[in-house]
Amino acid sequence: MNIELFVQLLVNGVIVGMLYGVVAMCFVLIYKSTQVVNFAQGEFVVLGAWVCLSMVINMGLPFWAAFIFTLVFMMAFGVLVQVVLLRPLVGEPIISIIMATIGLSIFMQALMNWIWGNNAVRFPDVFASGSVSIGGLNVETAYLMSLVLSLIVMALFFWFFRFSRWGLAMRATAYNQQVAQSLGVSVGQVFAMAWAISAIVSGIAGVVIGLVSAVSNSLAIIGIKVFPAVIVGGLDSIVGAIVGGLTIGLLENMAEFADGQYLHWGNMYQVAPFYVLIVILMIRPYGLFGTPDIERV
Amino acid sequence: MHVRVLASREPRKEGRGREGELTPDEPLLEVRDVSLRFGGVRALSNVSFAVRKGEVFSIIGPNGAGKTSMLNCISGRYRPSEGDILYKGASLMRRSINDRARLGIGRTFQNLALFGHMSVLDNILVGRHHMMKNNVVTGMAYWVGGARREELKERRRVEEIIDFLEIAHVRGEPAGTLSYGLRKRVELARAMAIEPDLILLDEPMAGMNLEEKEDMARYIIALSEEFGMTTMMIEHDMGVVMDLSDRVIVLDFGRRIAGGTPAEVLADEHVKKAYLGEEDEVLDALAAAEMEGA
Repeated sequence: MNIELFVQLLVNGVIVGMLYGVVAMCFVLIYKSTQVVNFAQGEFVVLGAWVCLSMVINMGLPFWAAFIFTLVFMMAFGVLVQVVLLRPLVGEPIISIIMATIGLSIFMQALMNWIWGNNAVRFPDVFASGSVSIGGLNVETAYLMSLVLSLIVMALFFWFFRFSRWGLAMRATAYNQQVAQSLGVSVGQVFAMAWAISAIVSGIAGVVIGLVSAVSNSLAIIGIKVFPAVIVGGLDSIVGAIVGGLTIGLLENMAEFADGQYLHWGNMYQVAPFYVLIVILMIRPYGLFGTPDIERV
Repeated sequence: MHVRVLASREPRKEGRGREGELTPDEPLLEVRDVSLRFGGVRALSNVSFAVRKGEVFSIIGPNGAGKTSMLNCISGRYRPSEGDILYKGASLMRRSINDRARLGIGRTFQNLALFGHMSVLDNILVGRHHMMKNNVVTGMAYWVGGARREELKERRRVEEIIDFLEIAHVRGEPAGTLSYGLRKRVELARAMAIEPDLILLDEPMAGMNLEEKEDMARYIIALSEEFGMTTMMIEHDMGVVMDLSDRVIVLDFGRRIAGGTPAEVLADEHVKKAYLGEEDEVLDALAAAEMEGA
């Protein structure tokens, strides 16, 4: 057994898995509070990466300034999408709203192709050194940053939902809009906030992914990859999204290892998460951490 | 089936509410000729009444008489097809549900509507949401902007309500796991948390045993006498209604058929007939009209 490759893929799995977890959280946040399945999730991620990249390359901003600009831009974009596209659809059948997000995804793909082209572009070196040594193990700085940022985002998410008043309002709205309204919660504000936060965090994930690999429109595939993560964890569970993301990230890389070393079936990397998705759906349709309805008769 | 569970109340001389813009004679809530139609079904037809500040006002009537529809028109869930609803002298018609909550109209629901997976404390804290001054932006700067201090202050207010309703022992439990009577109390606590001037209670006693009813009755009296709220209640238990209410109106087939003090309503011919099922030409005409409309 090739131990070095195994460890390498294990580390890869954790780092990629954390990123899946972060993107899955964005997805869950929107589903949980607005009941909308956002098929444009992947495009949100890519948009964040492109915006940051063009601020660095075209505007010549330092990386940190470009990063902050990206966050502000994504917040505005998230609110814009909610107000312009989704608010008029409130009360329409859920399938219409899903169609609208699919439309949004196609529109954003086309727009980004038009503005930034179809090629992959690498970030210029933003870190002083390409890698740091931790306990004898060389870790790329970008990977380390990815890990740290993911953890920070997760902690903030947890705190926000558990302890802040807006998180509470969001949970209440997710549970029952009518009742939340009758307690003075403005559902419009809560929805706009959910989209804003989701877009901001997607933007962070996009920049991180852009740093780790390169920025291209094909990165939007992550929007599809988070589906198994979200289903594994449960559509309405933030913790589940993280566990689901880690599971899928590890699974991909372990499948790659098993496939490359022993099985030689090819493409297990791509397929394995979806096998797991199917199995989970058969055993626990509401996901590992999702809430089955409490029903009292 | 008249369960006399309560000490009868003296009719109140004057509401002891918080200072408002109202003159003593002006009603807190005035419903003017409200009609509500769902397609061909008339849920409410030209209903009018006024609720005075500080009183306990009840709506009674048989099942399907339009009581909950009336409550939903006031809380904003339904928009009346005709008529107007005035609160503190201003029309509510163009206000959203959450606006109305902010203006001081709180409510409970007929079928319990607690946030089942959230703790009792969190359920009640949701009601405090709009009272907190911090907005989205300052809220994000939680630790520096005073949002934390504000939240602690809010918790103290919530604890007062919890003590009053005697639910301290379950404050950390998920609301969905509590017994029926306790959940009803938590729902009342949540409605009280928005510090309403007008609190709408949709069947606060339904499904309760005698002891639970006595407790709830005590709380309802205290809503106006201690907290200065005006209570508007829908309730099926006639004993409760007659003992607690300052004034009562009776709905049948979406129309107001009687109104006044409990004694006046009990003596009313139409009411007797609506409840006891005797022949009554007015009610028969209403029923006939209903059949045609449907």
